[in-house]
Amino acid sequence: MNRHTLSVLVENKPSVLARVSGLFSRRGFNIDSLAVGETENPDVSRITIVVNADSSPLEQVTKQLNKLVNVLKIVELDPQQSVQRELLLVKVRADRAQRSQVLETVELFRARVIDVAPDTLTIEATGNPDKLDALLRDLEPYGIKEMVQSGLVAIGRGSRSITTGPALRAA
Amino acid sequence: MTRPTPETLAHRANPATVAAAASASAVASPVPTSGAGSLVRSLEALGVEVAFGIPGGAILPAYDPLYDSKVRHILVRHEQGAGHAATGYAQATGKVGVCIATSGPGATNLVTPIADAYMDSVPIVAITGQVARPAIGTDAFQEADIQGITLPITKHNFLVQTAEEIPRILSEAFHLASTGRPGPVLVDIPKDVLQAQTTFTWPPALDLPGYRPTLHPHGKQIREAARLIAAAKRPVLYVGGGVLKAGATDGLRKLAELTGIPVVTTLMALGAFPDSHPQHLGMPGMHGSVPAVYALQKSDLLITLGARFDDRVTGKLDSFAPDAKVVHADIDPAEIGKNRHADVPIVGDARHVIDELIAAVGAGNEKNSYEAWWATLNDLRERYPLGYEEPTDGTLAPQYVIERIGELVGPDAIYVAGVGQHQMWASQFIKYEKPATWLNSGGAGTMGYAVPAAMGAKVGKPDTPVWAIDGDGCFQMTNQELATCALEGIPVKIAVINNGNLGMVRQWQTLFYDGRYSNTELGTHKHRIPDFVKLAEALGCIGLRCESKDDVDKIIKQAMEINDAPVVIDFTVGKDAMVWPMVPAGTSNDEILFARDVRPAFEEDDL
Repeated sequence: MNRHTLSVLVENKPSVLARVSGLFSRRGFNIDSLAVGETENPDVSRITIVVNADSSPLEQVTKQLNKLVNVLKIVELDPQQSVQRELLLVKVRADRAQRSQVLETVELFRARVIDVAPDTLTIEATGNPDKLDALLRDLEPYGIKEMVQSGLVAIGRGSRSITTGPALRAA
Repeated sequence: MTRPTPETLAHRANPATVAAAASASAVASPVPTSGAGSLVRSLEALGVEVAFGIPGGAILPAYDPLYDSKVRHILVRHEQGAGHAATGYAQATGKVGVCIATSGPGATNLVTPIADAYMDSVPIVAITGQVARPAIGTDAFQEADIQGITLPITKHNFLVQTAEEIPRILSEAFHLASTGRPGPVLVDIPKDVLQAQTTFTWPPALDLPGYRPTLHPHGKQIREAARLIAAAKRPVLYVGGGVLKAGATDGLRKLAELTGIPVVTTLMALGAFPDSHPQHLGMPGMHGSVPAVYALQKSDLLITLGARFDDRVTGKLDSFAPDAKVVHADIDPAEIGKNRHADVPIVGDARHVIDELIAAVGAGNEKNSYEAWWATLNDLRERYPLGYEEPTDGTLAPQYVIERIGELVGPDAIYVAGVGQHQMWASQFIKYEKPATWLNSGGAGTMGYAVPAAMGAKVGKPDTPVWAIDGDGCFQMTNQELATCALEGIPVKIAVINNGNLGMVRQWQTLFYDGRYSNTELGTHKHRIPDFVKLAEALGCIGLRCESKDDVDKIIKQAMEINDAPVVIDFTVGKDAMVWPMVPAGTSNDEILFARDVRPAFEEDDL
């Protein structure tokens, strides 16, 4: 099984996310991560889906996605040819004794402290999933009180844009 | 009692006038109307002749303008009947079938026929009322999230948000239902949207940027297919329902005759290639003919046209046609490679695919006679013809009844089956020569399909005899629509193959559950509950009964002469007849049984 990142351009309409996510469960695929938001064109949303599948079932799910009337375009993003980012917010135990060590870790990962309390620090970090995993591993010994993670978003490297292909002209 | 006749029902729209009206339907300057008025005007502009439905609270506003509309509304007795009637109408005519229901239970009663139409790719549009927009999501009276419920069983569905978008959404719904791979589309309209004031203009501009079905196949793939066809020694044309939907039957015949390749037609494709044609081996699959099953199994090239490698055709998938290369042509790219790898995938409409294959095959190759292949297949045809044994207990053989109906009623009629043994026998023992003469619930296997689907077919083809071949189990699920048929002047014939049991389930209990007949005895023999003749009469139909072989022809002829009322015939048949051949579920097609404990002898060395 391999992780694949799919960028799915859809019409920005009610029920579209339900159609896409429902299709995955119905056809027996697990979504590892999902992120959705508007694009530069407010009529179009972009769903980034990370799915664990072999290439032949992945082809089937891509074809099924393409059949959804509201789906405009699907592109698989190669990790080597794209930038992939997640956002992590994590509340770490950091009393006076630990605080400087925690801040050192924050510095090391180019993360940011976004809230301070007497016994905790809340940290914001972005990065690819590997970097965020490493950060969490380093913070774990101090005690993670709470964390929240976004789905992965990804964009291709270089000047080409997936939103300007012929598929979108009609939108 | 006075029965309406087709002649007295003068409000049946003539298709020609409807077509003319559709082209002349442009409304350039906005006409003030309600959302409901806009809905009915849209249906008229789309050329809808007939809609099957039941009014209720949320959809009520739509029924007011429908009252004066040229769209004929047929008031059914259960929404499931409306859905299957729309399906039968669509399958018989090739046009979009329309059904209407109210919110909540009205809409959920449409779920089964919508799922059925989805599995068999039938173009229907279901219009449902929804509670008013401010009440959506509040568990209001008769509220159901029918858009959510039907997401996985519709090609697409809509929840209308404003009255202004009604013409566009209706137009899109009909376009989606009838183009590409056809399928059901649901349009859910809140009551306050139906009541809102709006204006109507026609035609609307469609807004479907993500919908672009591929009709024309890629030339390279066609050439590659032609190359494989030229090289094959044991090719088979594996033909599915897509060929019927594309109207590609003439082309198919041309292609078959040009190449001399054997043809098998799936359950959904019966009638796509004449049963009487010498190149036709019959139906493949769980209850297919021995030569058809064998041909696929031993083939070295499957030329698959509008078929989808359904599990009922392939049997155990990994042992299906092990030596075959696959050319797979379908309008739905997601079907290609779904169950079986395609060596040559072709995305396109079957008509275009076949036409281009004819050109490509004709250009490069001379006709291959496939002598050894045909010799083997003809030998199997001779040794393992479709047949049945006369019951030894003096009961009437169901296969005989069905065979005689086919024989006497002929290949111009439309036959509509329920689901089960009678369906398989109707597929085997009636000879289909023409497209759209065989309607059944193939993918979903919906018991209760036959009566309402026959009703819809008869409405669409009033001059064609329509015979339902139904079972006593199926018949009891939807026979209420016979009241609709009687009152609306829809003279269908319903042959109930009454074996007193859920026959196909009983057959499996006989074969796989040591004859432990758990809950399959229906009492229609033992107690004659219900008495189908009396039931028919109570529903305004003519009821006939046939219990002996000598009466079969006489009673069929008697039914054929009645054209002013629906006819129900209770054919009381033996309960022990079984459907053969059979590939037991989950096994390889190599395990096909010609009859109980009889495996055909295949001469493997010949190949």
